[in-house]
Amino acid sequence: MRRAVVILIPYLWLVALFLVPFGIVLKISLSDIATAIPPYTPNFDFSAGWAGFKEFLSQLDFENFIWLTEDDLYWKAYLSSLKIAIISTILTLLAGFPIAYAMAQAPKEWQPTLMMLIILPFWTSFLIRVYAWMGILSTEGFLNQFLLWIGLIDSPLQILNTDWAVYIAIIYTYIPFMILPIYATLEKLDPSYLEAAEDLGCSRTQAFWSVTVPLSKPGVIAGCFLVFIPAVGEFVIPSLLGGSKTLMIGKVLWDEFFANRDWPVASAVAIILLLILVIPIVLFQKQQERQQEADS
Amino acid sequence: MSADVFAPWENPKETPLIRFENVTKRFGDFTAVDNLTLDIYEREFFALLGASGCGKTTLMRMLAGFESPTEGRITLAGEDIAPIPANKRPVNMMFQSYALFPHLSVADNIAFGLKRSDMPASEIDGRVDEMLGMVQLRQFAKRKPHQISGGQRQRVALARSLAKNPKVLLLDEPLAALDKKLRQETQFELMDIQEKLGTTFMIVTHDQEEAMTVASRVAVMNTGQIKQIATPDAIYERPNSSYVADFIGEVNLIDGKITSSTEKSCKIAWQGGTITAQPPSKLKKDTEVRFAVRPEKVSIATAKPKSGNAVQGKVLDIAYLGNISTYYVETATGQTIKAQIANARRLSRRSFTWEDPVWLSWSDTAGIVLTE
Ligand SMILES: Nc1ncnc2c1ncn2[C@@H]1O[C@H](COP(=O)(O)OP(=O)(O)OP(=O)(O)O)[C@@H](O)[C@H]1O
Ligand SMILES: [Mg+2]
Repeated sequence: MRRAVVILIPYLWLVALFLVPFGIVLKISLSDIATAIPPYTPNFDFSAGWAGFKEFLSQLDFENFIWLTEDDLYWKAYLSSLKIAIISTILTLLAGFPIAYAMAQAPKEWQPTLMMLIILPFWTSFLIRVYAWMGILSTEGFLNQFLLWIGLIDSPLQILNTDWAVYIAIIYTYIPFMILPIYATLEKLDPSYLEAAEDLGCSRTQAFWSVTVPLSKPGVIAGCFLVFIPAVGEFVIPSLLGGSKTLMIGKVLWDEFFANRDWPVASAVAIILLLILVIPIVLFQKQQERQQEADS
Repeated sequence: MSADVFAPWENPKETPLIRFENVTKRFGDFTAVDNLTLDIYEREFFALLGASGCGKTTLMRMLAGFESPTEGRITLAGEDIAPIPANKRPVNMMFQSYALFPHLSVADNIAFGLKRSDMPASEIDGRVDEMLGMVQLRQFAKRKPHQISGGQRQRVALARSLAKNPKVLLLDEPLAALDKKLRQETQFELMDIQEKLGTTFMIVTHDQEEAMTVASRVAVMNTGQIKQIATPDAIYERPNSSYVADFIGEVNLIDGKITSSTEKSCKIAWQGGTITAQPPSKLKKDTEVRFAVRPEKVSIATAKPKSGNAVQGKVLDIAYLGNISTYYVETATGQTIKAQIANARRLSRRSFTWEDPVWLSWSDTAGIVLTE
C-alpha cells in the first residue's frame, strides 16, 4: 500500500503537470480558430452528454498541422531554431568544459566558492541580463567602444540584431547548465585513473583524451540536453537581441498566440516542437540502453 | 649458504637494480620518508611492511614517478631516475584500488599500455591474449570491469601492469580487497607469475603473513624509516629491535638487566627471576635489555621442568584458535606471558584450565636479547 502511494505521487505529478496540459494543447491544436473567448471552437460541453461528446469529436481535425506544412515559414523556423540550438550547444560545450575542468582541478577549499560564482547570475532577472547584453553589444556599446579604444577595429561592428548576438546570449545564459553536470562528473573522477594512464605510458595530454574525456561523457550528455532543449524553443533572446532575419520557432509561436491570436495554429506549432525534441531524446536513450545491454 | 639459493643481497659483487640513497620526502613540514637507504636486486620479491601511514605508498610513488624525493636520489639499473617522467619509466604499478578504466573492456584495459608503447599494432592482440591466459581470464575479455568479480578485477589489474613487461612491478596492497581464502590462493599465483617472468616485484602490505609468504626479503618500516631488512625467517627469528619483534607475529617481551655476560651466554635479571639467553655479543653488566621470546617456543607444564628457564604462574585466559591454543599465564609479579600449544589432542583432554598453577619454560636458545 505504502509502496503504491510512493509510486503514485510522481505519476500524479507527471499527469497533472505534463499530460493534462499536453492534452489541452493537443485539443486546441485540433480545433478551429474562432472570434470568441476562448478564441477557438469546438468547446467541450459536459451537459450535452454522450451525443454532445461525439459531436465535439467530429469537429476536431488536422487542418492546422496541414497548414504548417503548406507555409514554408514554419519549417524554415524549425530548421533555423535547430541550427541555432545545435551551434550554440556546441559552443557552450567548448566554453563550458574547460571551465568545469578548471573548477574540478582547483583546490578543494575553493570549489564551493567557484560553484557559487557560476550560479550567481541566476540571482538577477533573466530579462535584465539580456537587456544588459543590448548595452554591451550595440554599435555604441561597451564591446565596440573597447575594441575601438584598443585599436583592433576602426569602425563599430554590427553585432546586435544578428545571429551572433543570439549565440552570445544563449551561451551566456545556459553555460551554468553545461558546467554543473560536467563539473559533477569530473569532480568524482578518481585521480588514480589518470595516474594509471600515466603509469602505462600516456602523457598528460593523452591521458586527458583517453581517460578524462570518455569518463566525463555522462556529464557532457546531460549538459548538452540541458542547453539544447531550452535553446530550441528560446523566445526572449532572439526577440530582444536577434535581427529581423533571425528566425526562431519560439518567436513564431509567440506571434501566432499574441499577434494573430490564432491559438489552434500556435498549439500545433508547440506540439510539433515537442515531438522534435522528444523523439530524438527517446531514440537516444533507447540506443544507450541497448548499448548497456550489449555490454552485459 | 649453498650457491643455488637466491640471495643476491649477500653477494657483494651483485649490483642492486633499485637503489634508494638517503631519500627523504616531506609534505610541508611533515616527513613521510626519512633519510631512507634501500637496495633491491633483480628478480627479488621485495615486501614492505609497516603500520598505516609509515610511508610505504609514498616510497612506491617516488619510484613510479608520481612524487619526487625532497632529498636524496633513486637509481634504477644505475641510472638516476629523477629526470625521467612517470610515463617513461620502465616501472609499472598495480594500484590499491586497481584503477581499471571503467569505460574499457578487460582486453582494452590490458592493451591500454601496449597501444602507447612502440609495440607494433599487429603484436598487441597476441600479447593481450597471452596476458589473459596468464591470469586465466580469456572468457572475460569482452566484459567491462564492473561486470566481473573483485578477484577477477585484481587479476586484470595484474595483467595490465605486467603487459608492458616492466623491469619493476610495484604492487600497493594488491590483495587487501580479497577475502582470506582467495587472498591465499592469489599469493601463490603471484609467486608463480613472479618466478616465471623474473620481474622484480615490490609489494606493500599490512598483512605480515602475506609478506612472509611471498617475499624473498621483507623490510619493516616505521615513521618513514626502515627498521630492518631481512629474509622472512631471519626477521621472525632474529628481529633487531623490539619494534620489529612486536610487529612481526606475537612475542613476549621481558625487560631486565644484564648481570653477567660472555660472547655466547648471558644472564638477565628481571622481576620474576633470572633468564639465561644468547646475547648478540658480549654485553656490559647492568645494560638494560629486553628479552623476546615467541609464544610457540614457550612450553607449559604442571610440574617444574628440570632444565632451561622456568617461571611459575597461573592460567589467566585461553584463546582457542582451532589448530592452536594460546595460554595467557600471569606470573607472581603480575606479568602476562603467552604460550602457544598445538592442539594435537581433542579439546576435552586438555590438561590444564583457567586458574590452574602452571610452569612456563623455554630453552636458553629460544629467545633473543634486544638492546634497542
Ligand atoms: N600528498 C600528500 N600530502 C600530505 N601528506 C601526505 C601526502 N601523501 C601522504 N601523506 C602523508 O604521508 C604519510 C605516509 O603516507 P603513505 O600513504 O605513504 O602511508 P602508507 O604507509 O602507505 O599507509 P597505508 O598503509 O595506510 O596505506 C601519511 O601520514 C600521510 O598522511
Ligand atoms: Mg598506502
